[in-house]
Amino acid sequence: MKVTIDGIEIDVPKGTTILQAARMIGPEVAPPAMCYYTKLKTSGGYCRTCIVRVAQGSTANPNPMPKPVASCRTEVMDGMVVENYTNKDIVEARKGVVEFLLMNHPLDCPVCDQAGECKLQDLGYENGSEKTRYEFKRREYEVIDIGDKIKLHMTRCILCYRCVKTAEQITDGRVHGVIHRGDAAEISTYIENVIDNDFSGNVIDVCPVGALTDRTFRFKQRVWFTKPVDAHRKCDKCCGKTRVWLKGDEVVRVTARKDQWDEVEEFICNSCRYDHKKTSDWVIEGPSPIQRNSVISQNHYQNLNELKLKLLKQQNALGFMPIDKKP
Amino acid sequence: MKLTNRSKVVSNKEQSAMEKMYLPGILKGMMITGSHLFKRRATVKYPDELRPIAAVYRGQHVLKRDENGAERCTACGLCAVACPAEAITMESAERKKGEEGLYREEKYASTYEINMLRCIFCGLCEEACPKEAIFLTDRIVDVEFEREDFVYGKDKLVEKVDKRVDVTKRQTIEVAEFKKLPGLKHNQVFEGKKLKH
Repeated sequence: MKVTIDGIEIDVPKGTTILQAARMIGPEVAPPAMCYYTKLKTSGGYCRTCIVRVAQGSTANPNPMPKPVASCRTEVMDGMVVENYTNKDIVEARKGVVEFLLMNHPLDCPVCDQAGECKLQDLGYENGSEKTRYEFKRREYEVIDIGDKIKLHMTRCILCYRCVKTAEQITDGRVHGVIHRGDAAEISTYIENVIDNDFSGNVIDVCPVGALTDRTFRFKQRVWFTKPVDAHRKCDKCCGKTRVWLKGDEVVRVTARKDQWDEVEEFICNSCRYDHKKTSDWVIEGPSPIQRNSVISQNHYQNLNELKLKLLKQQNALGFMPIDKKP
Repeated sequence: MKLTNRSKVVSNKEQSAMEKMYLPGILKGMMITGSHLFKRRATVKYPDELRPIAAVYRGQHVLKRDENGAERCTACGLCAVACPAEAITMESAERKKGEEGLYREEKYASTYEINMLRCIFCGLCEEACPKEAIFLTDRIVDVEFEREDFVYGKDKLVEKVDKRVDVTKRQTIEVAEFKKLPGLKHNQVFEGKKLKH
């Protein structure tokens, strides 16, 4: 099926959504998505940040769609013409959506552990306005511990349902969900039930904001002072391929590896995430790719680490050994 | 080949009779020296006398407390990431129950250090701070004998409750007006109480 997004034509298989097709072209046309997650079925359709205009429905029916559509839930048709960043109305509408998302979001980025890798922060920076027009009291909740490893800040939640879908599809029994409706909706567990499952920690990774955070990492470091490296270990529960965040030689946090769209490549188990916080537990492969515009790239370590690795490789090739280790 | 047009060709010609006498030359030099006795001095008698400095002079930092005496800094790390000299380091900790009077937010800096030898007093930390916690003041950093004494910890940086450091002159009218906006109310201290809808 041929589909044109922002003037770029691409051939995609049947059943592809507009968002997926746009992602195939590249980040320059792909709309942002806060709730859609490729690896979670039935996700998407809540946040409306991925709205696009369909200027031509298909070759058979060239009429435009009357309203902006959520690209994560709309499948492409042959000959469809989609406008995303090229349409001023869509850019303006997305700005409105961001304003709605930020309406009840507290401005506690200085305190929040997600700051620096938060999708809402990026979205607000790229699409939002500098000032808020909201003058009323924002909804506030007490901070809850969900088990001894996860902290829930309901004030920061944007109700994307990703964590609920993760618990449903990745773990074998979910004990949390969204209760109440509309403005009063909140993530909750059965009377602060402990989320106790080998893969429950993945809700932290899928959360686009800082609503679900790792308690073992809580307030330890700002993400831009830590150095992410790809590492692996032998694990009988999961793939064992993770991203280890180092501060000096100390492992401050373990997360799953994320791809270009900030989606987890492979889900990891709780044992890898929480219990292996020593450098000796991991086989370090090398620095994780960090986008240039990310604040994490501020610590300028990537080139240095690459140099170190190169040096190490050269030394290995030469059979170099430190003096004190020579037999 | 000449590298620049400013090079001078040195002549080795003989001195004239006037130049050979030397005395007029010495007198000329003495005249210049003597004239300086009656000119305005370029120096002041520091520390008895101080030069006037601007209200926005960038000197020793201060970590501010809020109106209730709680520390404003929440260890967000923006000053440290903005610092071009990498002079700032900090460690954060979680506020415990009962410490609300000590720290403004649920997270605070347990240690906060500025290396005054590294600091270039550019003021970017002040500019980056989202909590109006760090300011540069018109105080001049003291002289020390040891290098480690220049690493200022919280004991030297945080202002004393009974001896506040005035930074009002550093804030422009625009900032003061901006802070009065009702839309900024949400950024006030969260008391940790759940609010019923």
